[in-house]
Amino acid sequence: MSGVTGKTKERLLYLASPIGLLVLWQLLLMAGLGDRRFIPTPSDIAARYWQMVASGELAQHTGVTLYRVFAGFFIGSIPGIAVGLLMAMFRPVRIVVDPLIAALFPIPKIALMPLLLLAFGFGDASKIALVAIAVFFPVIINTYSGAANIEKIYWDVARNFGASQQVMFRRIVFFGALPMIFAGLRIALAVSFIVLVAAEFVATKAGIGYLIWNSWELLQVDVMFVGIVTVGILGLIATVALQEIERKVIPWKAE
Amino acid sequence: MKSQRRGAAVDISGLRREYANGQGTVVAIDHVDLSVAPGEFLCIVGPSGCGKSTLLRILAGLDRQSSGSIKVHATGWAVENAMVFQDSGLFPWMDVETNVRFGLDTRGVARPEAEARVEAALKLVGLGKFRRHYPHQLSGGMRQRSAIARAFVTDPGMLLMDEPFAALDAQNRVLLQAELVRLWEQTGKTVIYVTHSIEEALLMGDRTVIMTAQPGRIKQIIDVPFPHPRDLIQLSASAEFGRLKLDIWKVLEEEVMRARAEIER
Repeated sequence: MSGVTGKTKERLLYLASPIGLLVLWQLLLMAGLGDRRFIPTPSDIAARYWQMVASGELAQHTGVTLYRVFAGFFIGSIPGIAVGLLMAMFRPVRIVVDPLIAALFPIPKIALMPLLLLAFGFGDASKIALVAIAVFFPVIINTYSGAANIEKIYWDVARNFGASQQVMFRRIVFFGALPMIFAGLRIALAVSFIVLVAAEFVATKAGIGYLIWNSWELLQVDVMFVGIVTVGILGLIATVALQEIERKVIPWKAE
Repeated sequence: MKSQRRGAAVDISGLRREYANGQGTVVAIDHVDLSVAPGEFLCIVGPSGCGKSTLLRILAGLDRQSSGSIKVHATGWAVENAMVFQDSGLFPWMDVETNVRFGLDTRGVARPEAEARVEAALKLVGLGKFRRHYPHQLSGGMRQRSAIARAFVTDPGMLLMDEPFAALDAQNRVLLQAELVRLWEQTGKTVIYVTHSIEEALLMGDRTVIMTAQPGRIKQIIDVPFPHPRDLIQLSASAEFGRLKLDIWKVLEEEVMRARAEIER
């Protein structure tokens, strides 16, 4: 009994702080602090939000953004996991890959956008490529450190019980690294929204980033907020979904 | 029900293992000559750092000697050895059943046969009902039982055990010692059991090897005169047991003191 109520209580508490912030924001503007033309109240934004949902405009932009995020996320994270595991298993791989990561990771990924436009054109491909590149690095680094820090005893057990390299890879290194892989995926998910929305400011006519930038040019501040809020909501839903998947995939992780 | 099969025989001669560290070389074990009879239960005791774990790891194929030779004759057994580690070494991401099956999967045993053998091994250690549990859901004693099942299921000629019960509470330790001796009596496997406890060595073993402090050498080998099958609780309360324990402690004490002086120097 206490377990259920405890969990419900935690969930409520989880919602309390963002709701409190919104209420405060609404009250301050209604009290006359700030100009509502430039800083809309949450209720103004909600009204606009509803209108854009009803017209289907928001769904269209959201669909485009989600497609780009998820395509890029998968294309970037799967090789990130694979290379990260190989780095932990084979020293030569690590020696080759390490300096590349050190040099490429700090480059702001958005700086690659012009190059990617050259390579992939103005369509979805250039945005997906950007997300994939941005996602690759946090995933590879987390996967590698997860796999490299697997306790020595598990390698010993596997060797003593006759595990081949392939078995080591599939059944020991991958699973041993899985908690850290998920930590990397969670960061990667946030990073993919961050770079994509920035990329959508230029060279596209669809997506949440476009919506935000376009509303700046038209000085529709409430639409701008609708875009920003939408990114936040999408990020939240995606993260919660990822955590649910993690719970299913890692049943051995102590609660 | 005594098994007709006899476990692996081991011949160790002139074994030496040295490591390079910052200042030079450290000799972990040196001049180790030892013959283990088929089906023998051999215990190795010594002060910490005496290289007893190193010896076991070399036997397990997890480390290599610098010089000397090891010959193991394990014909008639599916695998030469299987190790039981101090803190079980169960893979946390596999349930008990999958952990126990691991050494069969790696050796390509067909699934129906593997499952039947896992079933039998789990029954042997009394964990049939816990097959779907993950290691973190088990007590320390149950984890070690699983690790023993995982070793037994591969049908090794020799079991290598590295202080497997050291982390258990006293009651659980006694239970598991008795179970291990029973399993050993039934299966005829050779057991090489590393421990720091003289009592444990005398309770279970046929012979006890006492090792010196670093570098680890064999100081003395003591024949344990108690016949099998043994009642471990009764045995531990007997006067003869107490006398033998004291004798061994006197031999070992010197080495423990020497090891301590070495550290404090």
